Amino acid sequence: MNIVALETNKENKPEFWTEVITPRTGILDIRLGEIWKYRDLLWLFVKRDFVAQYKQTVLGPLWHLIQPLFTTIIFLFLFGRIANIPTDSIKPILFYMSGITIWNYFSSCLTSTSTTFITNANIFGKVYFPRMVLPLSIILSNIVRFGIQFGLLFIMIIWCRFHGYMTHFTIYWIYIPFLVLLMAGMGLGLGIVISSLTTKYRDLVILLGFAVQLGMYATPIAYPLSFLQTKGYAKLVSANPLSPVVECFRYCLFGKGTFSAGTLAYSFSFMLIILLFGIVIFNRVEKSFMDTV
Amino acid sequence: MELSSSIEWRKVLWILYKYSQFRTNLRLMSDIVIKVENLSKQYKLGDIGTGSISHDLNRWWHILRGKEDPYLKIGAENDRTAKASNEYVWALKDVEFEVKKGEVLGIIGRNGAGKSTLLKILSRTTSPTKGRIKIRGKVASLLEVGTGFHPELSGRDNIFLNGAILGMTKPEIKRKFEEIVDFSGVARYIDTPVKRYSSGMYVRLAFAVAAHLEPDILIVDEVLAVGDAEFQKKCLGKMKDVSQQEGRTILFVSHNMAAIQNLCSNGILIKNGKVAFKNTITEVIQHYNIDSSTLKTIPLVDRLDRSGNGYLKFSSFEFRKENGEKTDSFTCGENIKIILFCKNEKKIELRNVMVAIGIDDVYGNRVTHINNSLTNQIINKISEEKNTIEINISNLPLTPGKYEMTVFSEVNGEISDWIQNAISFFVEPGDYYKTGKLIPQGQGTFLLNYNFNFYNGFR
Repeated sequence: MNIVALETNKENKPEFWTEVITPRTGILDIRLGEIWKYRDLLWLFVKRDFVAQYKQTVLGPLWHLIQPLFTTIIFLFLFGRIANIPTDSIKPILFYMSGITIWNYFSSCLTSTSTTFITNANIFGKVYFPRMVLPLSIILSNIVRFGIQFGLLFIMIIWCRFHGYMTHFTIYWIYIPFLVLLMAGMGLGLGIVISSLTTKYRDLVILLGFAVQLGMYATPIAYPLSFLQTKGYAKLVSANPLSPVVECFRYCLFGKGTFSAGTLAYSFSFMLIILLFGIVIFNRVEKSFMDTV
Repeated sequence: MELSSSIEWRKVLWILYKYSQFRTNLRLMSDIVIKVENLSKQYKLGDIGTGSISHDLNRWWHILRGKEDPYLKIGAENDRTAKASNEYVWALKDVEFEVKKGEVLGIIGRNGAGKSTLLKILSRTTSPTKGRIKIRGKVASLLEVGTGFHPELSGRDNIFLNGAILGMTKPEIKRKFEEIVDFSGVARYIDTPVKRYSSGMYVRLAFAVAAHLEPDILIVDEVLAVGDAEFQKKCLGKMKDVSQQEGRTILFVSHNMAAIQNLCSNGILIKNGKVAFKNTITEVIQHYNIDSSTLKTIPLVDRLDRSGNGYLKFSSFEFRKENGEKTDSFTCGENIKIILFCKNEKKIELRNVMVAIGIDDVYGNRVTHINNSLTNQIINKISEEKNTIEINISNLPLTPGKYEMTVFSEVNGEISDWIQNAISFFVEPGDYYKTGKLIPQGQGTFLLNYNFNFYNGFR
């Protein structure tokens, strides 16, 4: 039992309390300890997401592979064959698949966390637990999904090796988890900002639907950043904090990519700011969102 | 030398004395586990969306300049029967009370008085607008059982998930798993997805998880409205155990006065968002009953807490004796007339009119139901503006006490007027069996017609 308040009452007797419910908390009162206490719940939510999603489906988790596979094929036709956009001299199928894999992780983190309050209103209205547990569980269950899709990419790389396209396995692979974390941070940060705002104004959910779609075209997924340098839109796409992450991801895998320590630092600081902002606004909203949702 | 050492001794004694006082204080104060101070909660009426941006901006502007939120100064009292005059309403206003350790506190009040808002704040699903609550110990709330149950997951998985949502750790759930399954009585189906469960099994499992939480403070809201009678008894029994043997504190909200009376030691009455009365539970229930009968001094015409399309509206009522003489109360076994005056304000032709009366006892249990469609006496046509409905009841079979009537009318299958607890009346002890003997008090709520026969030998 943690004592959170110790005070003296009117008759000058000491009192201690383990919980004080007040209208508002401090802006950076994250209560990480409380989230840690609910870690079992975090894992159970991850498990629930995973088990429940594919109950009564024939292919089960294989669906995770079908989506990136088909998107890759479409991209191969559309951007590779028809539009003839170069792929930084990376084998096109690997180029597209790598971009789609890392983009999928970001976009699913963002879209799922952005509806945290609306989709879970019925649970949130009945019991208290640290609300942050839910978006965190989404980030975690998406990491599993990312792992599966990355496995597919890995198999594809091996397959290409047997068919004459050599990729080097370098020490840079150890940076991949860091890049995934960067994506997770940005997805979570943006997601919780949006989920906090949507409790009152639902417009943002609709907006987000196509913002994510358009966002993909403002990120070097279907084209390399180097391709734009000759066109002059490079500044615009470089301003997107996701671009260096995607380019760096490709560099780690295939040794090709346009980024620098500076642009990565830019992404990192963007992540920190949006995450901090997200936590502050999420904390404010979580206490009384039930009145407005 | 001697002097200084005696001063040392005095110091030591003084410190010891202070310490013992501190220990006594710790013991003295340790029995209050919930302290509610000046608690208020404001809600905005109507739609959220239109106009809320401008209010938000105005609010920010005030807070930015270090001023008080302008919308906290306004706000009407939470009175459901009066029409809202203000966009903001105080669901709770300056509520203060304390709960001692091991106390079972019943919270009573009419619908919309603010009971649930209070419980929501206590269980931290929403936050207060002003004031604060100080709590000592772990709180668990059963605002609705089965929260977070996922239909696709098996009973086993759901026990773990629900347990964790309610604040249990995995080892804790593992330890109690067998007990939970036993209590629920669904051991056979534990690995079946809960979407295949009957609603009864679902509720049993959900309640079983909740009942095995070990909080210091348990908040219960109307969960007993579910399940069959046997299971409800089991739940009440479990809650009694929890409070009496394990010394846990329970806050209990229900409209079932019998359950409250049975379970609680003390009560508070909440009226229009304020604590109207606190005392022992018996006192509070009595106070509540008197209080709700004062409501009935409002003529039926002026009652606003009604629903329906209003084609046929109840405007007033009268009780009459068999000979037509007006009366305020009845006697057991008397032949009585209930007269309902109702208005067809739009003066249109109403067809197929059904009128029903529900009679409740003071604990809110429905005693009986009177309905002209059950006796095939549907009123086929009403075209006049003013109408009188006379209901004759012979040998009134109610035991002495206070009762409440809910009146209801339906025109052509649509609800036209419905006022809950519209009329209250007393039944005085009387000579029901025409034997010159009065009906004893406290022996149930209704009387039967019966006949005793006696025979020699076993027949």
